[in-house]
Amino acid sequence: MALQAFFFYLFSFVTVAAGVMVITARNPVHAVLWLILAFFNAAGLFVLLGAEFLAMILVVVYVGAVAVLFLFVVMMLDVDFAALRAGFVQNAPLGALIGAVFLVELVLVVGLRFAGGAVQSTGPAPAPAVGSTMTNTEAIGAVLYKAPFVFYLEVAGLILLVAMIGAIVLTLRHKDGVKRQSISAQNARTPATAIDIVKVPSGTSTVPGKTRERA
Amino acid sequence: MMQALANFWTEWSSAIIWLAGTLGASLLLLVALLIIVAFLILFDRKVWAAVHLRRGPNVVGPFGLLQSFADLLKFVLKEPIIPAGANKGVFLLAPLVTSILALAAWAVIPVSEGSFFGLTQGTWAISDLNVGVLYILAISSLGVYGIIMGGWASNSKYPFLSSLRSAAQMVSYEVSIGFVIVTVLLLVGSLNLTTIVNAQQTGLGTWAGLPGSLLDWHWLALFPMFVVFFVSALAETNRPPFDLVEAESELVAGFMVEYSSTPYLLFMLGEYVAIVTMCALTTILFLGGWLPPLAIAPFTWVPGIVWFLLKVGFVFFMFAMVKAMVPRYRYDQLMRLGWKVFLPLSLGMVVVVAGVVQYGGLGIR
Repeated sequence: MALQAFFFYLFSFVTVAAGVMVITARNPVHAVLWLILAFFNAAGLFVLLGAEFLAMILVVVYVGAVAVLFLFVVMMLDVDFAALRAGFVQNAPLGALIGAVFLVELVLVVGLRFAGGAVQSTGPAPAPAVGSTMTNTEAIGAVLYKAPFVFYLEVAGLILLVAMIGAIVLTLRHKDGVKRQSISAQNARTPATAIDIVKVPSGTSTVPGKTRERA
Repeated sequence: MMQALANFWTEWSSAIIWLAGTLGASLLLLVALLIIVAFLILFDRKVWAAVHLRRGPNVVGPFGLLQSFADLLKFVLKEPIIPAGANKGVFLLAPLVTSILALAAWAVIPVSEGSFFGLTQGTWAISDLNVGVLYILAISSLGVYGIIMGGWASNSKYPFLSSLRSAAQMVSYEVSIGFVIVTVLLLVGSLNLTTIVNAQQTGLGTWAGLPGSLLDWHWLALFPMFVVFFVSALAETNRPPFDLVEAESELVAGFMVEYSSTPYLLFMLGEYVAIVTMCALTTILFLGGWLPPLAIAPFTWVPGIVWFLLKVGFVFFMFAMVKAMVPRYRYDQLMRLGWKVFLPLSLGMVVVVAGVVQYGGLGIR
C-alpha cells in the first residue's frame, strides 16, 4: 500500500537522522534524547513489518526503562566534552577500523541477500501455518515456550537474575546505627505499650533521684 | 491530466478515505476528551472542597461550571517565561511530550461496543490494536520523559530533584502495574482491550448460576490485584498521596517550578489526561468496560458509552476522595510500598492465577 511506503520512508529517515544526531550532538543529554527518538522510530518500523508485539516491547523496555536509566546517568555525570574531544585524534584510527569492519560485514550480509545467496541461519526459522489467525504475540509465545527455546529462555532469565543479584550484592552496604522504620513494630504498638501514665506528686520529678526545687 | 488524476485516485483513494476517517474520529475523541477533562478538573476540586467543608469554585458560570475554561483562558493569555539558564528547546519540548503522550494513549481505548457510525471498525476506538494493553503500557512508560526533560531543562535545583524523584517513582510502580495487567491477561488470553471487556461477560457470577452481572467483572475474581492496580495508578499518575513530585512543602511545585503560562497548562493537561486514562484502564481491566452492571432488561437498553463514562467517573471520584483524605507518603515509604509490598504480592498473584487458569478453572475462563 502507498501509505505503508510513505510511513516506511518517514520512520527510516527519522531513525537514520536521529542516529546521526546522536553522534554529532554536542550536549550528551541531547544525544540521549535523539537516541530515544531513534528507538521510537525503530518501533514504528517494527509495526510496519506486522511485528506489533516486538514494537511495543521495544518501547517498553528500551525507551521506557533502559533509556531512562541512561538519561539519569548522563544527567548526573558531569561529562566534560572538551576532555573527550582532546583524545579524538588518537582514537580516530581505532574507531575508523571498527567502523570499517562493521561496514564490510553489513555489505556482505545485505549483498548476499540481494545476490540470492542463502545466508546460513543458526536455527530453523518457524514459519507460521498458512491461513492461521494467530496474533504475533501468541506466535512468539508458542515458539518461545516450546522444547528447544524454553531452555534458552530460562537460562537467559537465570543469567539476568544472577546479574541483578550481583549488582545488589556489590552495592549493598549495611551501616550500623542507622534508624530505620519498622512498620510492623509501629502497627503493633497499643496504648498499653506506648503510654506510661505516671502520677507525679507536687514537688517531685519523674526522673529518679531528682527533686525539683520549689520556687 | 484527468487520466493522471484518476490514476492517483485509484491508487490512493482507500488510503485517503481511511486517513480522513481516522483523523475525523481522532478529532472527535480529542474534543470530547478535553471537554470531559475540563469538567473532571472542576469535579475534582468540588469533591475536594466538599470533604473540606468548603464550597469550591462557584464564581465563574452557574455553580462554577465554567471555571476550567476561565483557567484555560488565563493560562493561554499569560506570558510564557523561559529562564535565562534553561535549555530552551528541551524546556519547551517537555510539556508537549507530556500532553501529547497522554492524549496518544486514547487511540486504543474502546469506549463502547459496535462501530462508531462507520468511522471506526469493530468498536468505539480509533484503533482496535491487538496489543492494546501493551501500547498503553508503552505510552505511559514514556510519560516519565516529559518530567525528566522538564526538570533537567529548567536548570534549577528543585525541579531537577523532583524530576529524579518522579522518574524513580514511575519506574517503580510501572513494574507492579505490569504484573497486575499480566494477571488480567492470563484470565482473558488476549492483549486486545475489546476482548478483555467482552471476556468479563462471564465470570464468577455466571459460574455460580447467576445472570451476567457486576460479579463477573475482574474486580471480584482478582480483588487483591484490583486494589494494587488502583494504588499503583495513583502513584503512576503522581496523584496524592503519592504526589511527592509536586510536594509543595519540600519542592515548591516540583518539576513545574520554572514553568508558566501555556507550557504549564500543557503539563497540567497531560497530568489530568493521564489520570483519566488510568481511570479508563481500571474500568476496562476490572470494571467491565461498557458492560451494564446487570445484564437484564432496563440496564441493557442504556448505551454502552453511558456505562463506560459512569464507571470512569466513579473511579475518578475515588481518586478525588483519596486526594482529599489521605496524607502524603514519605519518599522511603513510597518506595517500600512499591518494591517490598506490591511487587512480591503481584508476582505471587501471577503464579497463583496462572496455576488456576492452567489446572483449576473455577469458572474463570
